Amino acid sequence: MNARQILVTVASGLLFGLGLAVSTMLSPEVVLSFLEFRDAGLLLVMGGAMGLALLAYQWGPRRLRQPWLGGAFDRRQARLDRDTLLGAALFGVGWGLSGVCPGPAIASLGAGNIEGWPALLGIVVGAWLQGVWAARRAR
Amino acid sequence: MIDTLFPTGWAHYLAGGLLIGTGVSLLYLALGAIGGMSTVFSSTWSWLLRGPWWQQARFVESRQWRLWLAWGPSAGLHTQVPVWRLGLGGLLVGFGARLSNGCTSGHGICGLASLQAPALAAVLTFMATGILTAHLVARLAGGLA
Repeated sequence: MNARQILVTVASGLLFGLGLAVSTMLSPEVVLSFLEFRDAGLLLVMGGAMGLALLAYQWGPRRLRQPWLGGAFDRRQARLDRDTLLGAALFGVGWGLSGVCPGPAIASLGAGNIEGWPALLGIVVGAWLQGVWAARRAR
Repeated sequence: MIDTLFPTGWAHYLAGGLLIGTGVSLLYLALGAIGGMSTVFSSTWSWLLRGPWWQQARFVESRQWRLWLAWGPSAGLHTQVPVWRLGLGGLLVGFGARLSNGCTSGHGICGLASLQAPALAAVLTFMATGILTAHLVARLAGGLA
C-alpha cells in the first residue's frame, strides 16, 4: 500500500469510529436497549449506513472504471449455507449477551479503556478457535 | 410515537449511521475495498500462524488495510456490563462472526448494501437470536437498565 492509500483507509476507519461514537453504539448498554425493545435507534444507524453504502456500491462500479486510488472494485463473497446461518445464530447469542460487536470492540483498544477488554479478548480468542476448527475440518 | 421508539432522540443515531456509511463508501470508492469489521480478527492472526488455513489469500492480501481500517475506531468504550457477559459474549461474537463470515457491519451494512440474500438471512438470524438472548438475560438477571 502506498501512503495515499493508507491515509484514506485510516480516514475511512476514523469516520467509521466517529459514527459509532456519535450514534452511541460504542456503549453496550445502548445496543442492549435495542435488543430488549427499549430503543429502536440501532435500526437508524444500520439503515443510514447501509443506505449510503448502497449508493456507493451501486454507483462506483457503474460510473468509475476503477477506484480513485487504483486497483479494482471488490465483490463481497457470501453463500447461503449452514456456516453462514449457524455462525450468525452464535454471533447473535454473543451479541445479546454482551451488547458488543467487532467494530465497537476494536474501539476498546483506546487508551485506558480496560472496560471493553474482556469482550475484545473474547473476540480475538473466538476468531482463533474458529480458524483452528475450520482448519481441522478442512483436513 | 417518536418518543416511544427513540427515548433518547433519533438525530444522533441517523447522523452516526451516515458517518459510518461515509467511511464505508469512501473505502470502496477510493480503494475498491469492502470493509466489514470482523475479518480483521482472522486476517491479523495470519501474521502469527503459519498453517495453510490462516495463510489463505483473502486474509493475507487484505490484512494490511484491514489493520489500518481498524485503527480508526480505537476511540474508547465504556460499559457497566458484567465482565462474564462481555467475555463469554465476545467469545461467541468472535467465533460466530468468523464462521458466518460477517457481523453487524459485514452482513448488516456491507452485505445488505451489496444486495445479498445470504447477508439478509444472516442479519435476520442474528437479530432473532440477539433479541431472544438479551430478553432472556434481562429477565434472569433483572436487566441492566
